[in-house]
Amino acid sequence: MQFRFRDDEVVDHGTVTVDACCDQTNATAVRIEPGDDARELLPFLDRLALVEVNFPTFGDGRGYSAARILREAGYTGELRAVGDVGIDQLSHMLRCGFDAFAPDKPLDESDARRAFATWENVYQSAADGRKTIQELRHE
Amino acid sequence: MYKYDNYDQQMVDARVEEFRDQARRRLEGKLSEDQFKPLRLMNGLYLQLHAYMLRVAIPYGTLNSEQMTALANIADKYDRGYGHFTTRQNLQYNWIKLEDAADILADLAKVEMHAIQTSGNCIRNISSDHFAGATHDELVDPRPYAELLRQWSSFHPEFTYLPRKFKIAVIASEKDRAAMRLHDIGIQIVEQNGELGARFFVGGGMGRTPMIAPMIRDFVPLDQLITYAEACLRVYNRYGRRDNKYKARIKILVHEIGKDEYTRQVEEEFKHLLDQGIEPPREELERIKPFFADPAFEDGPKTVDRSDPDFALWIDRNTHRHKHDSYVSAVISLKPVGGIPGDATGEQMRLMAQLAKQYSFDELRIMHTQNVVLPHVKIADLHDLWTELDAAGLGSPNMDSIEDMIACPGLDYCSLANARSIPLAQRISERFDASGKTGKLGELKLKISGCINACGHHHAGHIGILGVDKKGKENYQLSLGGSEAEDVSLAKITGPGFDEDGVIEAVEKVTDVYLDQREGEERFLDTYRRIGMAPFKEALYD
Repeated sequence: MQFRFRDDEVVDHGTVTVDACCDQTNATAVRIEPGDDARELLPFLDRLALVEVNFPTFGDGRGYSAARILREAGYTGELRAVGDVGIDQLSHMLRCGFDAFAPDKPLDESDARRAFATWENVYQSAADGRKTIQELRHE
Repeated sequence: MYKYDNYDQQMVDARVEEFRDQARRRLEGKLSEDQFKPLRLMNGLYLQLHAYMLRVAIPYGTLNSEQMTALANIADKYDRGYGHFTTRQNLQYNWIKLEDAADILADLAKVEMHAIQTSGNCIRNISSDHFAGATHDELVDPRPYAELLRQWSSFHPEFTYLPRKFKIAVIASEKDRAAMRLHDIGIQIVEQNGELGARFFVGGGMGRTPMIAPMIRDFVPLDQLITYAEACLRVYNRYGRRDNKYKARIKILVHEIGKDEYTRQVEEEFKHLLDQGIEPPREELERIKPFFADPAFEDGPKTVDRSDPDFALWIDRNTHRHKHDSYVSAVISLKPVGGIPGDATGEQMRLMAQLAKQYSFDELRIMHTQNVVLPHVKIADLHDLWTELDAAGLGSPNMDSIEDMIACPGLDYCSLANARSIPLAQRISERFDASGKTGKLGELKLKISGCINACGHHHAGHIGILGVDKKGKENYQLSLGGSEAEDVSLAKITGPGFDEDGVIEAVEKVTDVYLDQREGEERFLDTYRRIGMAPFKEALYD
């Protein structure tokens, strides 16, 4: 994993599928594929320490919704973007609640740092808890 | 007109920097063309047949003189001295060099403009009624709501990699001048029990599978507008088809699962999102509204001297009733006989900018029919305005006539096209002008697309023409009975297609059927709806 914005211990064991996670009462790490319904995990959020969201191709944006849905439901564990994750997806992923990134191909560190800091302010309320521009205007 | 504050400017500047960085990484080989393509598309850069095309966003079709002048200067400096106004109220340049793109974006940013999300699988520029804030028949000015949606949809973190492009139109009149129900989301601002709210139509579109958007909610309170839009988009992002590009638009999702099921899912998501508190503070709408307040209208003459017949004709055809009785909205036709629909030279753009400053409170609008509007012109100034327009080749009195056609760039520019659209448009306007038939036909909306992607809105034409490739030859299919307005309908194909000469003859024939059969004040469309396809078919094929 190349980038992680958490202080707790890294979960280093393998993940199970969403189906397996729902059947298995002790799984603590799960992997969401684009076609999975993230809401199926909601009853089990308490026991999950890691949710990986797979991006087989960066153009498939379903994982952004999956991430927000989990954060909106109160999931506080690690949310890791894996797969075809590039520099230009990082800022939006961060906003949607991802706090760990494991790209298939390692990214240039300085390009990535710059990308994470793309938006000094933001127009939308999302999973990162940032105040929006509209809120700042009316403080 | 809306003015950026520091936050808005900062967002656009951040995007310009981001794009510069993306271009740098592409040049350094850190980004492959496959990776770079969606990024440049989201900055409005397409690769066409001969060169790059850059599409500039004109939010809800409203711009000021300084911005129009900047567009003119870019046309002269970086293109071949002209620009092309599009059916989504934008402007595109067809002859751009990739290495100039970042500089053009920087020039645009200086006048609060950009090319953000004018392409790509994201929420595109929000379009609206070109007479917004000026017309006599609207409930309120829809643009404050469009602006709120503009901010929400710009760089939306969840909806940047949607299954397919996503277009939203906002109107606030029973008259639909924005093809609202042919958008992915069409919003009509309505009044219920003294309260304003938003009526949502979802799943319309043209393209290869045209659909009219069904209404999914008749009233969303305005302090839940963004939340409701977010729910609509989230359901689409999660469940819109991604296995086939041609079935990926939201219209297919709504069609396949059905309007009721889509609505149920949206309502469920909406209920959930209401608890998340994602709606902008209500004060934001109140902050935006004054930007669209009426300019200082003055009472003046309410009639014109009609002794010059050319001027009188232009008044009748190209002006629209204003909410103030001493003003009108004046349409500047970009459809000169034999010209390229929607094209304007740098010089013409500068003139329109100057005239807007002089006669229309510094404001211009782009119409989805590829013309330009001066929204607030004193009736007393109309003759002076017309005289200047006419001298510059901008005085064609043909709004909503057969000469005022929409045509896509077609095979002359576009790499997707199967057939040319522009030469056909030119020949038809020349022919109908020469025969003097244009005037007799009255309102007749002709729309031409050079391929099934339907950028020329042929499904919505009273008469539609679709160019296809038939064994290596251009072939044109004719359709009748479409409308993009409040009486929205999809055109039906007449039968076998024609070659270029043949389709022009065919247009002539169907207009003859209309002139022969019309009753009273019927428009072409009304006659078609009354008598049906058969008499037209008979004239065409028997």
